Amino acid sequence: MKKTRLQLMLCGGSGCQATGSQLFHDALEKELKRIRLDREIKIIETGCNGFCAVGPVMLVQPEGIFYQKLSPEDVPELVEEHFLKGRPVKRLQYVEPASKETIPNMNDIPFFAHQKFRVMRNKGMIDPEIIDEYIARDGYFGAAKALTQISPEQIIAEMKASGLRGRGGAGFPTGLKWEFAAKSAGDIKYVLCNADEGDPGAFMDRSILEADPHAVLEGMIIAARAINANKGYIYCRTEYPLALHRLDIAIRQAREYGLLGQNILESGFDFDIEVYQGAGAFVCGEETALMRSIEGKRGMPRPRPPFPANKGLWEKPTVLNNVETLANIPQIILNGGEWFAGIGTETSKGTKVFALTGAVNNIGLVEVPMGVTLRKMIFDIGGGIPKKRKFKAVQLGGPSGGCIPEQCLDTPIDYEEIAKVGAIMGSGGVIVMDEKTCMVDMARFFLDFIQDESCGKCTPCREGTRRLLEIIERICQGNGVFEDIETLERLSVVIKNSSLCGLGQTAPNPVLSTLRYFKDEYIAHIVDKECPAKRCTALLKFKIDSDKCKKCGLCYKACPASAIIWQKKEVAEINREKCIECMSCFEACPFDAIE
Amino acid sequence: MPTSMQLTHPDISSEMIPKIDAVIAAHQKTSGAAIPVLRLCQDIVGYLPVELIDYISAGLNLPRSEVFGVVTFYSLFSLTPRGRHTIKACLGTACYVKGIREIMNRISSEYHLKEGETSEDRRFTLEAVRCLGACGLAPVVVVDQDTHGGVTPSQVKPLLEQYV
Ligand SMILES: Cc1cc2nc3c(=O)[nH]c(=O)nc-3n(C[C@H](O)[C@H](O)[C@H](O)COP(=O)(O)O)c2cc1C
Ligand code: SF4
Ligand code: SF4
Ligand code: SF4
Ligand code: FES
Ligand code: FES
Repeated sequence: MKKTRLQLMLCGGSGCQATGSQLFHDALEKELKRIRLDREIKIIETGCNGFCAVGPVMLVQPEGIFYQKLSPEDVPELVEEHFLKGRPVKRLQYVEPASKETIPNMNDIPFFAHQKFRVMRNKGMIDPEIIDEYIARDGYFGAAKALTQISPEQIIAEMKASGLRGRGGAGFPTGLKWEFAAKSAGDIKYVLCNADEGDPGAFMDRSILEADPHAVLEGMIIAARAINANKGYIYCRTEYPLALHRLDIAIRQAREYGLLGQNILESGFDFDIEVYQGAGAFVCGEETALMRSIEGKRGMPRPRPPFPANKGLWEKPTVLNNVETLANIPQIILNGGEWFAGIGTETSKGTKVFALTGAVNNIGLVEVPMGVTLRKMIFDIGGGIPKKRKFKAVQLGGPSGGCIPEQCLDTPIDYEEIAKVGAIMGSGGVIVMDEKTCMVDMARFFLDFIQDESCGKCTPCREGTRRLLEIIERICQGNGVFEDIETLERLSVVIKNSSLCGLGQTAPNPVLSTLRYFKDEYIAHIVDKECPAKRCTALLKFKIDSDKCKKCGLCYKACPASAIIWQKKEVAEINREKCIECMSCFEACPFDAIE
Repeated sequence: MPTSMQLTHPDISSEMIPKIDAVIAAHQKTSGAAIPVLRLCQDIVGYLPVELIDYISAGLNLPRSEVFGVVTFYSLFSLTPRGRHTIKACLGTACYVKGIREIMNRISSEYHLKEGETSEDRRFTLEAVRCLGACGLAPVVVVDQDTHGGVTPSQVKPLLEQYV
């Protein structure tokens, strides 16, 4: 790649595409051509940069200037001022929410500065649709080493030394998993990549696939060599069209370069990869269900043993790894297991990518070394809670996970430590909740999800979660009784202990963790018939507190049903007959005057 | 022609049939083909009429019950006709915390449309989906291929009015 004076790393990930990066790209390209700067300045369309919430984003290299919220109208000024006259455009730069200071350089923005990029080292740095750019950053060197310099046993030894644990949720040591499959007898074996990313509120895997698809392919090649498999599948959810598109391109280019197919790098080793699209079933993220689904059947889990390492896809020995797990592997092989284990805690090594979302100022993807505290992630990287509201809880691990309250925020990110406080590391979804989130309603939300997604094969999960949901719904409706709390706890234990797969076994976690830390909210719903966060509509009065009302009229403007009576300098009032209970006014009122 | 069966249905035009046949033919020899074939055929027709499912079962030489089982298991597949435009409101956790419920309420009240339903004029189908991976933009609504992030209740009507 010939170096130009400036490289404009414009994000073309699915987040930024939604906020209009394509229109900006077209306008910028046209303008650069018009003033004949297009030879000097090159636009490179990258994958997700991680900071989707302020998209479209662009990094100007080699200067490191970061621009956000770009639109086609900004193009003339940007080109004239920055690219011609060398004066970066301040108004398009990041402003620190607390200090209101403008920060021009990406590496100085706290959101990026506290991160450590290993899995995401190429994000925003390369065009993911050009294999040469990946290779230029040491891409496929790990595979080359694994295929031509070291033995499969040595690969597994490095993996075990690294301490890498599966990033898909369960945290099983990857080296050990490969060793089982390598020892399993059989000429036909498979390597699968789990790109189903079912946790609703997580997008780490999507971003890795969009920004650096070759890293995942390379990880699969190394895994295949270690266990001696010749065929791989990537099971990717159908909701990720851009990731699917980039995988197709990456696989095609890898084949052209002889990195997939027969006799890879003249090593005598054959391996090829096919992409398989999911069809919208959460349970298919579970390993045995995923394999059933690739076989073209209903994706229902089956009991283990036999484990996939012995009998997996089409009854053959199979290794399944998550996208992020696989993206870690090339660097482990290249730099050694010990290098990888150089950061992290006693039992959790390396880094972890999280999708930080919800009630937090800086929303996006963050990669941090294991051992960093949740507080640091939410307040230093995430910039704290917006709208001057108070932090209430952070949810980790999605529908299988739990909520962690303020008093546990100094918990380090570590598989065991997080489990101790009642959540799980999970795949990396981190949802921050403020005082406006009702914890009973959150438990209801996750149960509703689980109830929807339970495959129905076993009774404790199918019927038990339905019972849990009924009870919680009753509590949210204001019809709960005190004994419900005990029933919830008792039933949860039964479901945990007698469900067949991980979905059922972890389904009660959101209930148990909210009961553990927020029992007072349950009691408020049951005894006082009140929802402290004002989320459960059945418990709201739809009345305006005239003492709290500051007569601003914002509720009046927000109401779609003309149900609010308001005039300048007068207290607002709700006409219950017209009100459709849509909650818009609650969100609109800055003074918390509606109850 | 993969089978001797005739495929006739008011929603399946004569241009669609060769495309369907091509999909079936391309997958006839692969094991585990039911899901991709159903997906591609649904892309062609818009949904999966019973006659089409029968035709696919025969074409792939799979038991009818097995193919029906697959169709009903996966939420991607639809047995009923769909609207001209599909509204997907994200009911993932990030969008839920950011107020997708208010957005859903607004869509329902403006267009008299409940989750999973198609409006009488077949203009819109409203679907709830679980996370589109655009959580950074929550709350997210996708109409056809366009992702709209940071949607507020008052934006719902102007946004959807663009789709006729
Ligand atoms: C209900 C359920 C859903 C799951 N969904 C996913 C998923 O979306 N992505 C994923 O990587 N793992 C998921 N898992 C975990 C997988 O079963 C499996 O442990 C993992 O893919 C193994 O890869 P790893 O060792 O690299 O983490 C899920 C597990 C269960 C029980
Ligand atoms: S625990 Fe739930 S999802 Fe898992 S097999 Fe049983 S019913 Fe299906
Ligand atoms: S809840 Fe909705 S309809 Fe009722 S007063 Fe508030 S904004 Fe109007
Ligand atoms: S938004 Fe709140 S403070 Fe303003 S008029 Fe309405 S109720 Fe009163
Ligand atoms: S898609 Fe652009 S930063 Fe994530
Ligand atoms: S939760 Fe809505 S896009 Fe992820």
